[in-house]
Formats: sequence, structure tokens, C-alpha cells
Amino acid sequence: MRSVRAIGLAIVAMVLVVVVIASLAIGTKSIPFGTVVRALTDFDGSTEHMVVRELRLPRTIVGLLVGSALGVAGALMQAVTRNPLADPGLLGVSAGASFAVVLAIFVLGIGSLSAYVWFALVGAAVTSVAVFALGSIGRGGANPVRLALAGAALSALLGSLTSSIILLDQQTLDQFRFWVVGSLAGRDMTILGQVTPFLVVGLVVATALSRPLNALALGEDAARALGTRVGLTRLLTVVAVTLLAGGATAACGPIAFIGLTVPHLARLVCGPDQRWLIPFSAMLGPVVLLSSDIVGRVIARPAEVQVGIMTAALGGPIFVLLVRRVRMASL
Amino acid sequence: MVGSLILAALLVVVGCWSISVGDFPVPISDVLRTLVGRGTSSSEFIVGTLRLPRVLTGAMVGAAFGVSGAIFQSLAKNPLGSPDVIGFTFGSALGAVSVIVVVDGAGSLAISAGAVAGGLAAALVVFVCAWRRGVQAHRLVLVGIGVGYALAAITDYLLTRANISDAQRATVWLTGSLNGRSWDHVRPVGMGLVVLLPLALWLGRSLRVLELGDDTAAALGVRLGRTRLTIVIVGVLLAALATASAGPIAFVALMAPPIARRLVHAPGITIVPTALVGALLTVSADLMARRLLAPLELPVGVFTAVLGAPYLLWLLTREARTGDL
Repeated sequence: MRSVRAIGLAIVAMVLVVVVIASLAIGTKSIPFGTVVRALTDFDGSTEHMVVRELRLPRTIVGLLVGSALGVAGALMQAVTRNPLADPGLLGVSAGASFAVVLAIFVLGIGSLSAYVWFALVGAAVTSVAVFALGSIGRGGANPVRLALAGAALSALLGSLTSSIILLDQQTLDQFRFWVVGSLAGRDMTILGQVTPFLVVGLVVATALSRPLNALALGEDAARALGTRVGLTRLLTVVAVTLLAGGATAACGPIAFIGLTVPHLARLVCGPDQRWLIPFSAMLGPVVLLSSDIVGRVIARPAEVQVGIMTAALGGPIFVLLVRRVRMASL
Repeated sequence: MVGSLILAALLVVVGCWSISVGDFPVPISDVLRTLVGRGTSSSEFIVGTLRLPRVLTGAMVGAAFGVSGAIFQSLAKNPLGSPDVIGFTFGSALGAVSVIVVVDGAGSLAISAGAVAGGLAAALVVFVCAWRRGVQAHRLVLVGIGVGYALAAITDYLLTRANISDAQRATVWLTGSLNGRSWDHVRPVGMGLVVLLPLALWLGRSLRVLELGDDTAAALGVRLGRTRLTIVIVGVLLAALATASAGPIAFVALMAPPIARRLVHAPGITIVPTALVGALLTVSADLMARRLLAPLELPVGVFTAVLGAPYLLWLLTREARTGDL
């Protein structure tokens, strides 16, 4: 079983490399492959080289990081709530980020992507802290059902406030509707620099959590007997999810599909062991995100379809086929 | 039982209050007099033609969403279940938004038809895709997620492509509104509920048995496949009825069942209290939607969450402190 998983991980890694190369080589503007390579090794300042260096390279790196972050955040969230329907949005991350961005547009008249980043991050962090606090009041600390319900309720509340603003102000709706679908377009080095620290710390914490989360999957009592600190594990998981999903949402807008489905896909290959699930999700996430983005760039030339739309429109049917074909591994 | 009676009484009080306030206030005494058929002609018009049908539609839509949510939560054995589980909400949103964007100046009847057609089609696709020698709850949920997200993505795409006034109209519909509901809206929902609510009550027993697990249920004589199919059909029809009349006030389906369970201390699905909580939530939210920013009117869907979410959060914290349930 161990070697099967290792081979599986190697295959996914190779697919990821291919997807990254394709993401650099394919775009709205056709550029020969040789030129793409030269743009990276031997930059000469021509328009084509600029396109590769200034647009496609940052976009690909953002896609890589954000895809990993969302995949891992989803795996953590499903483990800690023990609910296959849980996605990182359940902590209120995307609802909080969306509300903060709408406020930024409506109250302060802000319209630049890199300014949205800070608002989205703060909104995501405040909301997930509130959800965790509400979910863990009282005896026994955070309980999965209460956490899920608190997250759903607070998300709905913020969603209502968001929609009341965009219903009252058409201009805000006009800006917000393009942010909220989730896109990699126009994400440059500035945005990358803003969110990378959050995502990297989140990924490190997530890796450290795989053992305690495995123990927690056996039930709280068993986990305690094995020496796991249940409360601390839950708290750190929520911190990691907030960093990962908050950073990802801040960079690209809410992309719901990946956090929910990538862990299920990963579980098909590697089973429920978190030590494998986290690296698998970290690599499958960017495979799904970047390949959807590539299709989105070429499907409606010269316009682009946003990656948030493409992941779900392409991924949805594929996900259904997989679910039908294979016996689903439970959590 | 006592809980249901209190909820019903509250519903009547809030309903009458909602009928009495507005741009032309009608005193409560006149409202009651008009309801028993002894009003003046002006109060007859304001109460009978304008406000009563709106309140009735709200109550029935809320009840339908609540029960539909309870059914899917019980079926999926998941507190986050709702008609979303079977892709209904996403399908109806896509249907309605397509009609708004594609057909110029589409009327509300066309939009409702689009919503119901889209929702039923999505539910059918999900159910067929999840069918493999019977329907397993876990697979149904996952297939529902896949189909639902794909449909939602297409809806989002249409919204970014639409001109801004269509996008705004679609946003209002997607939030759920009770604006300008008349007796033409009351009749179809009323007739639907008369058939579907008793059916849901009758199915409640099988649902409670199914909550014990497939093997136990089969041993107790429940025919799994046929029962699940009936349950799904009833749940989807309830959601369809409600969506056609008021748009997807999706939050009611999610929140009414857990609120109701905590109020009446029920361990499993409870149909009547859930219907009453759903109705109360929707009618009170509509009262807020009409009066809070008057004369400006927001869609009711904005306020169901503003009202219901804090209440559910309060219930959750109280439950945590007392260790109940």
C-alpha cells in the first residue's frame, strides 16, 4: 500500500510539472514554445517575453500556491469537522472576505486588486475567529456539529449583508461580480508577495497537524488516550485553514470547488491517512486549478473565462463520473 | 405539542402585525374585523388584496422550505443538508437567471417556470447519476455537490456576461422576494402544501427509521430504494413550489430544521415544528424587509439570515452551556 501511494504521488507530481509548463506556454496570445523558454532563460524585453515574464509566470505561481492552499485547507476542514460536505468556506472565510471587499468598494470606493487583498484577509480572519469562538463555547470545546452550524449561520448572515449592499448600490455590484467569481487574471508579483507568507506558514502548520488529525479521526476519547491534545489540534487546524483559505481568497477571490472536491479525489488514491492526504491534496489542487485556468484562457479567445467558473464547470462533471465509478472512501 | 401551539400562536400574531403596518397603517382591531369579513371597503382592499396574500405566501413558502430542508438533512444524515444536496437550488437559479438574461423583458411567470424546470432537471440528473443499484446517501450528496457546482459556475458566468440591469434583476430574484404577491400566488402553493405536507408527515416515520442506518431500516421492513425515491420526490416538489413563488430563500431550508429540533428537544426529524419555524422565520423577515428601511424595500431573503442566524447562534451557545442535546 505504501509503495502504491508513493508511486501515485510521483505520478501526480509529474502531471503537475506538465501542467505548470503548459500554463507558461499556452495563453490568449500564441507564443512559440522556444520563445517561452528563452523568455525565462534569456530575457530580451520584447512584448512576447514580457507576456511570459510579467503575466504568465506570476499567474502560474499564484495558481500553484493558491491551488495547494485550497486543497490542503479543504482536507483539514473535512478532517476537523468530520463532515464530507465541509469546505474552507464553512469557517466563514469566503463570506467574511467577500463582505470586507464589498465594504471596501462601497464605503471607501477602492477598486484595485492588491488593495482588496488586505481587506479580504482581515475579513476572513475575523470571521473564522468568530466562528471558532461560537463553535467552542461551553463544555468540551469545539464540537464538529456546532462548528459546522455556527459557520453556516455566520456565513449566511454575512452573505445577507453583502447582498443587501450590492442590491442597494448597482456600481458596487458591477465591480463585485467580477471579483466574486474568482480569477487568476491580473494577479502580479505584488499580490504574490502579499499572500505568500500566509500560505507558506499555513502549509507548514498543516503538515505538522497530520498525525494529531489522524488520531482525532478515531474519535475524541481514543485521540486523548493516544496522547493527542484535542483542543489544541482543533485550534491549530482552524488557524491553518484561515491562513490558507484566507490567503487564497484574498489573492484570487472565492474559488469554492477545489477545497471541497480535491480532498475527495485525493482520498480515492491514498485513503483517509492525513500524512498522505495532505501532500496529495497539495499537488492535486494546483493540477485542477491550473488546468482549468488554461482551458479558460483559450476557450473564449480573445476573452477569458474566469478560473472560478472553469474549475466548477469542468471539474463538476468529472467529479460526478469519479464518484459513480469508484467506491468512495469515507472520512 | 405545546411548542407547536406556541409557534402557531406566534405566527398568527406576527402575521396580523405584518398586515396592520405599512404605508397605510390599519389598526389591529380593524385587521381582525376584516379577516372575519366585517371590514370597511378600504380596509378590505388593503388587507384582503394587498397584504394578506403576501403574508400567506410567505408563511407557506417558509413552511415548504423548512420541511424540504428537514427532509434532506435527515436523508443525507448531515446538519448541512438542504435542497442543495440534490442540486435543486443551483438548477433553479440557473433556470431563472437564463430566462432573465436570454429573454428580453421576461415576466415573473416565465422566470418561475424557468426556475422550476431548471431545478427539477438538476434533481433528476443528480438522482440518475447517483443511482447504482439503489441510492446510497453518501453518493447522492457527493454527486449533488459536483452537479451543483457545475451549474452554479454557469450561472456565475451568465451574471458576468449580462448587462448590469439584468444582473441586478437576477440578484434580486436569487435573494428571494415576496414583493407584490397576490392570490394568484397563494392558490398554487396552498394546493401543493395540502397534498405534500400530510405526505411529508407520513414519510417522517420512515425517515426516523432511516436515520438509524440502512441495515437497521431494512431489518425493520423499510424498502430502502422505493422509500428514498418517494422522500426525494416530496422534498424536491416542496422546494420547487416554494422557489416558484418566492425565489430561493435558501437559508430557511438550512436553518429552520435545527432551530425547530432545539426548540422542541426532538432527537430526529420533526415535521410540524419545522414547518412552523420556517413560516415564522419567513413572515417575520418579510415584515423587517418591508418596514426596516421604509419606504425602501429589500428582498425578504436578505432578512431571513439576519433574523435566523443570530437566533440559531444563540441557541447553539445556550445548548453548549447547558450541555443539552
